Amino acid sequence: MLASSWLIPLLPLVAFAFIVFFTNKRPKLSSYLSVGAVCGSFVLSVPVLFEVLKNPITSEFKFTWIDLQGFTIQMGILIDPLTAVMLMVVTIVSMLVHIYSIGYMAGDPRFSRYFSFLSLFTFAMLGLVLANNFFEIFIFWELVGLTSYLLIGFWFEKKVAADAGKKAFITTRTGDLGFLVGIFLLVSAAGTFNFNQIFHQIEAGSISTGILTVSAILIFAGAVGKSAQFPLHVWLPDAMEGPTPVSALIHAATMVAAGVYLVARTMTLFAASSSAGLIVAIIGAFTAFLAASIGLVQNDIKRVLAYSTISQLGYMMLALGLVGLTAGTFHLMTHAFFKALLFLGAGSVIHAMHTNDIWKMGGLFPKMKITAITFIIASLSISGIFPFSGFWSKDEIFAVAAEYHPIFLLVAIIVAFMTAFYMFRLCFVTFFGKPRDKHKFDHAHESPKVMTIPLMILAFLSIFAGWLGIPWLAKGYSSFVFFHHPHHAEPKIWLMLISTIVALSGIGLAYLIYYKGSISAEKLKEKFSFPYKLLFNKYYFDELYQAIIINPIMGFANFLFKFDLGIIDWLVNAFGNFTLFISNVKEWFDTNIVDGAVNGIAWIFKKACTGLRQIQTGYLSNYILVIFFGILLIILFKIA
Amino acid sequence: MNIPILSYMVFSPILGMILVMLLKKEQVQGIRWVSAIFSFIPLILSFFLLANYDPSTSKMQFVEFHKWIPSLGANYHLGADGLSVPMLFLTALLSFVSIIGSFNINFRVKEYFAFFLLLETGMLGVFCALDFFLFYIFWEIMLVPMYFLIGIWGGPRKEYAAIKFFLYTLFGSVFMLVGILALYFTVEPHTLNMMELIRRAPELSRGFQLIVYVAFYLAFAIKVPIFPFHTWLPDAHVEAPTAVSVVLAGILLKMGLYGLLRVSYPMFPKAALYFALPLALLAVINIIYGALVCMAQKDLKKLVAYSSVSHMGFCVLGIAAITVTGISGCVFQMVSHGLITGALFLLVGVLYDRAHTRDIDAFGGLWVKLPVYSGIMTLFCLGSLGLPGLSGFVSEFMVFIGAFPVFKVIVAIAVLGVVLTAGYFLRMIQRIFLGEFNPKWEGLPEISGREIFTVTPLAILMIFIGVYPMPLANMIRATMENIVRLVGG
Repeated sequence: MLASSWLIPLLPLVAFAFIVFFTNKRPKLSSYLSVGAVCGSFVLSVPVLFEVLKNPITSEFKFTWIDLQGFTIQMGILIDPLTAVMLMVVTIVSMLVHIYSIGYMAGDPRFSRYFSFLSLFTFAMLGLVLANNFFEIFIFWELVGLTSYLLIGFWFEKKVAADAGKKAFITTRTGDLGFLVGIFLLVSAAGTFNFNQIFHQIEAGSISTGILTVSAILIFAGAVGKSAQFPLHVWLPDAMEGPTPVSALIHAATMVAAGVYLVARTMTLFAASSSAGLIVAIIGAFTAFLAASIGLVQNDIKRVLAYSTISQLGYMMLALGLVGLTAGTFHLMTHAFFKALLFLGAGSVIHAMHTNDIWKMGGLFPKMKITAITFIIASLSISGIFPFSGFWSKDEIFAVAAEYHPIFLLVAIIVAFMTAFYMFRLCFVTFFGKPRDKHKFDHAHESPKVMTIPLMILAFLSIFAGWLGIPWLAKGYSSFVFFHHPHHAEPKIWLMLISTIVALSGIGLAYLIYYKGSISAEKLKEKFSFPYKLLFNKYYFDELYQAIIINPIMGFANFLFKFDLGIIDWLVNAFGNFTLFISNVKEWFDTNIVDGAVNGIAWIFKKACTGLRQIQTGYLSNYILVIFFGILLIILFKIA
Repeated sequence: MNIPILSYMVFSPILGMILVMLLKKEQVQGIRWVSAIFSFIPLILSFFLLANYDPSTSKMQFVEFHKWIPSLGANYHLGADGLSVPMLFLTALLSFVSIIGSFNINFRVKEYFAFFLLLETGMLGVFCALDFFLFYIFWEIMLVPMYFLIGIWGGPRKEYAAIKFFLYTLFGSVFMLVGILALYFTVEPHTLNMMELIRRAPELSRGFQLIVYVAFYLAFAIKVPIFPFHTWLPDAHVEAPTAVSVVLAGILLKMGLYGLLRVSYPMFPKAALYFALPLALLAVINIIYGALVCMAQKDLKKLVAYSSVSHMGFCVLGIAAITVTGISGCVFQMVSHGLITGALFLLVGVLYDRAHTRDIDAFGGLWVKLPVYSGIMTLFCLGSLGLPGLSGFVSEFMVFIGAFPVFKVIVAIAVLGVVLTAGYFLRMIQRIFLGEFNPKWEGLPEISGREIFTVTPLAILMIFIGVYPMPLANMIRATMENIVRLVGG
């Protein structure tokens, strides 16, 4: 049964190939193929879950993919409770996004293409979840990156969209550098890529702590990129330039979930190195705070949601860093549902209003009841209001944080307050009050059923999915997905009370400012103009990176190119020219000196001969005269 | 094996050349098809090689041996092992594809194809010659047609590029000749048999090995090219006609690496170990420097040319590591780069033929107008930037994993190249294919069937090796293990 799970990712891949090669010209058919494939994946994932629930052990199926000295890889699938849960989350959210897209993308000229990418995306994420070794997970990791590049930049005629896709790809790949080197380090120490084998070695203590810490931190760098944690969080807010259902998928079940999943999958590593774990937790907590604070003041509905995603991912990292596998993955699951719902709801609003700016919306509640109600349900869930899903999962995280150090709990609580505030700021401004743009308001309408039904299903899940993890439940989530042994913390009533009070006060403040208007937002803005500007401009991260990373690299590249032409190639040419110069000198030397010498000698002889020829008169009398004088000279010489 | 299959492979292009020369120069179609057929024969034969190659041994196979010039000790000696076979196949494939891709040449057609076929013989010969005399002849024979192909059918600066290429390479091969002579006179009894010389390598003193290694290195490093001997490459690649760029990048560059693995490593193992670290440093310079220079390019063809410098760095890094995985990664990268960069040059040519410009900034939004072309081009760019599932990823990963245990820090730096590569390719894709459509290119026709045909086999192989590298890995394994054993002792 489990052995045939490889079919789960395969179906969407087949759909992708089929659309690209055959049904590209037939949009309807393409979308059905794509939806059918993901539904098939879902149907196949359900028995996997039940099988694992019945018998929660780790099963692995593999075959040899390459076998060289020092490089042997057995590709395969690994199924354990974590995988089973992730399969459910990914297939459900993906399926709903697929269905919703039929309505949302209707009439797009590249409709088929959109669905082929969506299928590829689902394939990549499912493959990632099922991977049994570091090499395989990296392959799917990169494919997830590629498909989000393609989908974020789907409307590539818009420069911002094309830019955003590129930014996502390159930023996440920067994190992947660490991931790669981390894999190299770990694999060269362990001698295998296989997860289970590596984890066994770690637990047996046969890999030194130093290597574990360094490789854990490096691998985490990959997760920082994918899950948009500080300092690589900058790509995610821009990624909303893609079609909204894609944002839902990226922010909920795929792309960003991959980073969290990676850390969860390699929990052994972070558990073995407490310092690496602590770094994960600190980055998580810091990111949660940073992003939530930016989310307070953004005006674009999707941008607020994007920062909220970053912030919630920070929560998950916080929990995972403190070895709270249950809490981290539980929140990953509940978050997937309510965040998908928020994005799809936002998409429904955008579909109706043709704008992202919340200050052009308002009073939409009566016009879009389903969208509004489901959106509010999701907001209550993310804010952590009893008894919605988010309440239970956030509570788990609080419990983990409280157990480790109060400072983590404090940060978590502050973030919870901000979350409740910015979510209800959105709700009040968008759905209540007076319509701000009359023209747009008049054209607004509820979305078609194909879009609202997914919203309702997700709303259901946003309320009830968290009930699986109610701490009083005997066989709840915590007894299914856990690290080493189930974490049966006593339910802390005081913590639940605090979190409820905090969330309610966040909502209350938003109510006072944006619904009642008893506190003026404008006045606050003026009073705190510096922090407001700082937050509104997202702490100037983009500008900073442009100035300290991108510009220097481009400058250096241009310099090197000039260096290449001006120095290295110049030297080559100079060498050539020098040779030419030498030849010229040689030629001159040849003609003037060598040849000159030859000619000179000839000339000397010629001149000499001409001179000597004078003697050769041919007259006998002259010769006798010379002989006579000659003898005379000899005689004189002898006498002397 | 009684059939002299390697000789058939090597000399069928020459036969084609003779036939082409017998045709009248007006019979353009005839010339094209004769060339296509006679470059197809080696391709068929190379399939025969692949099918009959026994991967369980590192011994030379398909060996042919005849006495040739006894007074010199020069023999006609051919053979192929796990290093040669993939290269022979790649050469046959790219030559055939390039000849099909050259069907649009209309200027002095007869000479063009004659030169091209001569070039193919030279390339095939280098990859299976086992006698230094023969090896040197094939090595030099390529220069002549290459010189004319660039010099006559090239771009605006063709004379400069052709002369630079010719002289630069010749400069290197003179050192090789000196090296060959030094070897010949040092080993008693004198021999030019490369297999024999490898057997006798342990007799050579360390000092001698170091000196001769450097002489050969100059010849090979210029061909690869390894920094700082790379500046002939952008000029030659950019000025050469499309098909010649394909062969230049796809095959000629590999000869340097082939030489390192066939000659330098087995014959001068002590020198190979001595120079491993400097070689690795040069490799990482190639990778990073090449990638950074790519970022500054405005000319599409020049970008692809410099990307070769960067990609060859990975090969060199794999060689420098002297591990089975590293060297295998190098061979994988040789094949992979041949496929990918070959295709990229073909595709750049497709665009240039239509638009008559290669200025990256002159385009914009072409995807709307040319979806098929854009899709194919993007696929190969992704292959080049090392996307998993495509051959470039497997080879880069193997190089890294093979070199990491030896050079930890160097590999960690080289990995940077992966991001830089993604950077310049995505930038290029964005400027040419994405963004707002530039209405200037309204009339640009889509890629033709013939052009798709030329890149299809390359795409199929790129994906095949990326998804299932086992067959290639098995084929080269025994030979790679042997090389490492010879060097490592």
